[in-house]
Amino acid sequence: MSELLQIREPKKPSPPTQAVGIDLGTTHSLVATVAQGQPTCLVADEEDALLLPSVVHYSANGSVVVGKYAKQLASQFPEDTLSSVKRFMGKNRSDVDAMQLKTYRLAPGEGPLAFQVSGGPAVSPVEVSAEILRILKQRACAALSSKITQAVITVPAYFDNAQRQATQDAGKLAGLEVLRLLNEPTAAALAYGLQSKKQGCFVVFDLGGGTFDISILKLKEGIFEVKATAGDSALGGDDFDLSIAQALLQKWDIEVPTPFQKYVLLEAARQLKERLSHETKVEIRFEAHVAEITREDLRQWIAPFFKRIHFACKRALKDAGLAKEDIQAIVLVGGSTRMPCVQSWVEEIFGKPGLAEVDPEKVVAMGAAIQAQLLCGATKDSELLLLDVIPLSLGLETMGGMVEKLLLRNSTLPAKATQLFTTFQDGQSGMDIHVVQGEREMAKDCRSLAKFHLKGIPPMAAGLARVEVGFSVDANGLLSVEAHELATGIQQRVVVQPSHGLSEEDIEQMLKASIRHAQEDIFSRLLAEQQMEAKRMLAELSKQMGEHSECLSVEEASALSEAAKQLETLLETTQEAAKLRNAILALDNQAKNFTERIMNSSINSVLQGHSMSEF
Amino acid sequence: MSEVAQEKAVHISDSAFQRLQKLLAERQTPSAGLRIEVRGGGCSGLSYGMEWADEPVEGDVVFERSGVRVFVDAKSYLYLAGSELVYVETLTSAGFRLNNPNAKANCGCGKSFSC
Repeated sequence: MSELLQIREPKKPSPPTQAVGIDLGTTHSLVATVAQGQPTCLVADEEDALLLPSVVHYSANGSVVVGKYAKQLASQFPEDTLSSVKRFMGKNRSDVDAMQLKTYRLAPGEGPLAFQVSGGPAVSPVEVSAEILRILKQRACAALSSKITQAVITVPAYFDNAQRQATQDAGKLAGLEVLRLLNEPTAAALAYGLQSKKQGCFVVFDLGGGTFDISILKLKEGIFEVKATAGDSALGGDDFDLSIAQALLQKWDIEVPTPFQKYVLLEAARQLKERLSHETKVEIRFEAHVAEITREDLRQWIAPFFKRIHFACKRALKDAGLAKEDIQAIVLVGGSTRMPCVQSWVEEIFGKPGLAEVDPEKVVAMGAAIQAQLLCGATKDSELLLLDVIPLSLGLETMGGMVEKLLLRNSTLPAKATQLFTTFQDGQSGMDIHVVQGEREMAKDCRSLAKFHLKGIPPMAAGLARVEVGFSVDANGLLSVEAHELATGIQQRVVVQPSHGLSEEDIEQMLKASIRHAQEDIFSRLLAEQQMEAKRMLAELSKQMGEHSECLSVEEASALSEAAKQLETLLETTQEAAKLRNAILALDNQAKNFTERIMNSSINSVLQGHSMSEF
Repeated sequence: MSEVAQEKAVHISDSAFQRLQKLLAERQTPSAGLRIEVRGGGCSGLSYGMEWADEPVEGDVVFERSGVRVFVDAKSYLYLAGSELVYVETLTSAGFRLNNPNAKANCGCGKSFSC
């Protein structure tokens, strides 16, 4: 009984849904969307703030508090208020030391990292991050008054697979479909529209509250590649505050500050830092002390950090094999880059000022929102080659010049397909893999993408070798083709960019041609199929007649040879698939007795000298 | 949409018609149609695929029986001309089948055929 056909629901051609971009940060998180063509950050905090502190508090009664209120609970419940969990994403117990753990209690036992908190079972960094994402999702839903299920979440460029997987899991746990994990520097570059420059090298300078990251991106054909990353995971605005506070203590000869004094001074330092971004001098009052602080004072106090930043920048440039002259633009990310002092450092290091028109605290979330919008198909912007479907089918040329399509047009990215191929001739030791793109049936009418030769197939009869060819297209539209001979394990791989040099018009042309030539394509395919079948059969027949001449009488042999010759002639002359098909069937029929005898005799020879029980 | 001679049409059998009508009603898309396509793949070369479609697209051949429409793209039509779509219910399974006069060899998996 053959399998019956079922009707599929078509893949939705992505109705204009709202998808959000999320910057899941170490200290703060943001959510953004694209409204009227402009990326906008959405209110994420209770008090109309855009930044949601990445802090989660677990209360004894089992409730979970996220954000500002959680932050306020931190000093009272240091063990149950988790912050900076991003540092623990995808890490094992063995990866973290006591210092990083701060006051958190590691849950007992083996296996993945988890924290013991009040009011419930231990929570993993993934679960904590999911709480933050859940709040961002709720706020976004409320702000947009629509249901949000899809998001692009940003991750640091240096995140490894485990850390990325953990972030993805957190998204899933929060009920979000993670369209893509986007590198933070790439998001920042997108927010500035740098992809429209076609090519070039860019620096993303990210100085946040607690971390400093520098990434060097190379743009080629609309795709950003991270060339190098460097940074300091313990350097940021918080350290500046500390330095300022210490300098003030020194200034006023306060040797042993009380915790309250420390707290007030730190807050004053933060305000001072922020005010000096707009003003050149600021008056500060603390208890009985009054002082006027200038930008220059601030500059001196935080100067020691410049060396560390400069060093990281130099290393990143060196790793990328670039000089500062090669850098087209520097994107500033993170609140601390608002400081005029930091901006002058950037200019000193790279010889040109950084881009700061987009709010450096929002730029990553906004870039993520742009990407999210592109991915959910709401914008018709094909400038970016971030295709979400395969525009043209991808396949392989098979014997006879036919195309075997592995990935069909409009498959959603990322896409994967594998198919087994075999050898056509006895003892065939290699296989040409010709990767083609297009809708036509014959390889010559399609666009050739790549060719390679798989060598080292062990000698086997035709049709016995098993060569698995795998096509996979990643989220960026990059196709990698891998051929893999299953018996020996030999393999070969090639990577191509199928959309390279293809415009929308080219694609349309190719599609139209496939409709225009539909009929002739089908006929050439049918003919090619029968031609291959005839060739295969003739080769097989002549081989068997040579090896098993004892199974044929002289008359039978000459009759078969005669029929084979006729098929050969027909093969060369006819253009009609049906005629060839009939001739093949006729020859097959004529050779039936012969093949049966061969079967019997080979079974007999195998069985000879053995008893049935041995099998 | 092009006119197609009767013997070259894709026929919708009584069983298929009733089933499609029911499915379309359940799907609450009475005006949608069924797209039938022939693709590469399957164990003997080519295989059938069926999917709901809201509207025919340019180049489609459209067949209709009392409001139930079947869309076939130009290329697939070359393989499907003269076929009959039937709906079959057996003890173990239910589904559609295409009785295709073009198919010379039906394969075991039922999704493929070669001409």
